[in-house]
Amino acid sequence: MASAPMVPAPISVLPLRIQALAKRFGELTAVDGITVELHSGECLGLLGPNGAGKSTLIRSIVGRVIPDSGKVLVFGAPADSAGARIALGWVPQDLALYPRLTCRENLEAFGQYHGLRGSVLTTSVAWCLEWAGLADRAEDAVASFSGGMKRRLNMAAGLIHRPKVILMDEPTVGVDPQSRNRIFEMIEKLRDQGISMIYTTHYMEEAERLCDRIAIIDHGRIIALGAKEELVHNAFASRSEVIARFGNSDGSVLAWVKERGGLFDNGMARFTIEHAAEIGGLLDAAAKAGHELVDVSLRKPNLESVFLHWTGRELRD
Amino acid sequence: MIFAIVRTALTALRRDRGALALSFILPVAFFTIFAVIFGGRRDTTPKISVIVVDEDHSRASQQLVKGLKEESLSVKTRPATKRGVDQPEYTATTAEAAVKAGAAPVALIIPRGFGENPIAFGGGSQRSTIQLLKDSSDMVAPQIINGLLQKVAMTAMPDVMAAQGSKYMDEYAGGFTPEQRKRIEQGLEELRKRERSEDSNTQTRQSSNGGMPISVSARDVVGENKNNPMVSFYAAAIGVMFLLFTASSAGGSLLDEAESGTLDRVLSSQVNMGTLLAGKLCYCSLLAFSQLILMFVWAWLVFKLDFIAHLPGFFIMGLSTAFSVAAFGMLLASTCRTRAQLGPLSTLVILIMSSVGGSMFPRFLMPEAMQKAGLLTINAWAIDGFTKVFWRDEPVTHLWPQVLVLLVAGALFFVIARRLARRWEYS
Repeated sequence: MASAPMVPAPISVLPLRIQALAKRFGELTAVDGITVELHSGECLGLLGPNGAGKSTLIRSIVGRVIPDSGKVLVFGAPADSAGARIALGWVPQDLALYPRLTCRENLEAFGQYHGLRGSVLTTSVAWCLEWAGLADRAEDAVASFSGGMKRRLNMAAGLIHRPKVILMDEPTVGVDPQSRNRIFEMIEKLRDQGISMIYTTHYMEEAERLCDRIAIIDHGRIIALGAKEELVHNAFASRSEVIARFGNSDGSVLAWVKERGGLFDNGMARFTIEHAAEIGGLLDAAAKAGHELVDVSLRKPNLESVFLHWTGRELRD
Repeated sequence: MIFAIVRTALTALRRDRGALALSFILPVAFFTIFAVIFGGRRDTTPKISVIVVDEDHSRASQQLVKGLKEESLSVKTRPATKRGVDQPEYTATTAEAAVKAGAAPVALIIPRGFGENPIAFGGGSQRSTIQLLKDSSDMVAPQIINGLLQKVAMTAMPDVMAAQGSKYMDEYAGGFTPEQRKRIEQGLEELRKRERSEDSNTQTRQSSNGGMPISVSARDVVGENKNNPMVSFYAAAIGVMFLLFTASSAGGSLLDEAESGTLDRVLSSQVNMGTLLAGKLCYCSLLAFSQLILMFVWAWLVFKLDFIAHLPGFFIMGLSTAFSVAAFGMLLASTCRTRAQLGPLSTLVILIMSSVGGSMFPRFLMPEAMQKAGLLTINAWAIDGFTKVFWRDEPVTHLWPQVLVLLVAGALFFVIARRLARRWEYS
């Protein structure tokens, strides 16, 4: 998705502002001084592997984790204030639902926990059912739902109080491709309504499709931040990526790849080249060194390449 | 192959602390509790309490009381001292009130004139009748007291027995000659001397034999109009035990929600932990109270328990019990990390509480030490309260000790549960 240029907003009215946030669990530093801002109407992606600190960051924003240091401001108000709680909507990674209640009863319960009553609650429940495509299953117990339906209801429950800022923590975990597409459509509807959103994922394709800007997170730190094109450009400029697979991957191959300025990961060597013609030189050098090349491909770098570039590891490690 | 299966199962069991506790700790704990209750240790064998009112103060009545005191009974002739001041001796009225209040299961009233005709053979019309006032919920104690009374009459009052025998001789066999009468008088005097002497011990008396009964008139002073003496006891006893299980299970929903992540979602809304726990407490209390209503209505419909006449007392005790039990359930749940931990822990704790607290076996039949230990349980206080209401027909104002203990305990459990629940608030 192409990123629309963001109009800078006054800091005080930013939907979300995170400043030098840090959280440690014993020896483990889950969030290591993250500073980031969410602009109005923006969908900011947090892209990183499992254990990168994405969920801890989200949980710090919604007040479920007390950070060791740093600050979270929601429309200028501290994250633990009543105003912030109303403004924030959280879709947790877990299916946080009451399985024995019906779809409607779940939404009503969470709506009431957010202080909704009467016609406001009724309207909001109806909107959520419609948005999640669950209106025809409203009276069915959640326990009988498919994984995809539970995921959609899980999202709807986070939006029941119609928050201005939504935090989605890997909402597509464990769903089939068809359900995933449906979830994407739901999120795109929210984007069309101009809702500000943080979307965490470890799927590059999701971040590319849904997010205006992407923060790549690893070991609790943001290692790159910007629109997809910016991220790629910052890492590779106009260079392309050559991916090569060798017949054997012993120590001599690793040394040769390193010597040529490439990265070796998961059985594959990656090189960057400015011009396609450089591939010939690479093939010649490999042949001279006695390394058998099984497969060679040329591609434009993507977010996966960016992550590998900055961390030396693949995104899904 | 079989060895591998056994080894796998043993490894799994070793790592499941709950299952281990249920397999090994619970049986031993239960065995110990019941061994103590049923007198496995001689020094804690319970003595039956009996209140004795001697209205006659005759030689015969004093001998009888003395004889009873030498039996394995706890004979009370006056209430316990209050603030170091001795209380007056029991009268027929105060003894009846004491049995009604549960101070003892039996009271014996030795009437005026008892000494003139203390015993009779074959149901003589002139004999005096001792009144035995009993609490019909205790079906054992009155029988034992009655038997011991007859025994003591024959072993502790040999002179009275002999004198009565000679009276019968006079009446039915035409009397004794002056010489025989003189010898009988000498013999009786000898018996009286022996009775007075210190060396007349129980062993000697027990060797006497005979079959002369004391006339005893037994009367229920508690539960005299009840249809089924133990129904109200067991409605409360079993009810409280299952209430505890229900409350711990309902409190466990907190653990389910913590494990599923629902708790996090709830706490990220406008609901805080205090509100959430208070809501859960209300729900558990309501559930427990509904269970009690069902239990007592069932007892009313099927076992003719006089439920309607005791509604105020039932509501007071029911609500206090439900609150305390619900808070205890919350405490158990908040002590555990997972639902899997809660199952064995609650089974262990509740079964032990129920056995010690009288849900499985009436406390008044337990050794004194066990009865006191029972006071550390919700069961004992709840059962005592319900017994006051349904068995002893006591006014609701008499329920204050039970209500106070249950409410204070409930509040304490809730405060501790709230404290423990802090770990769920933030990480």
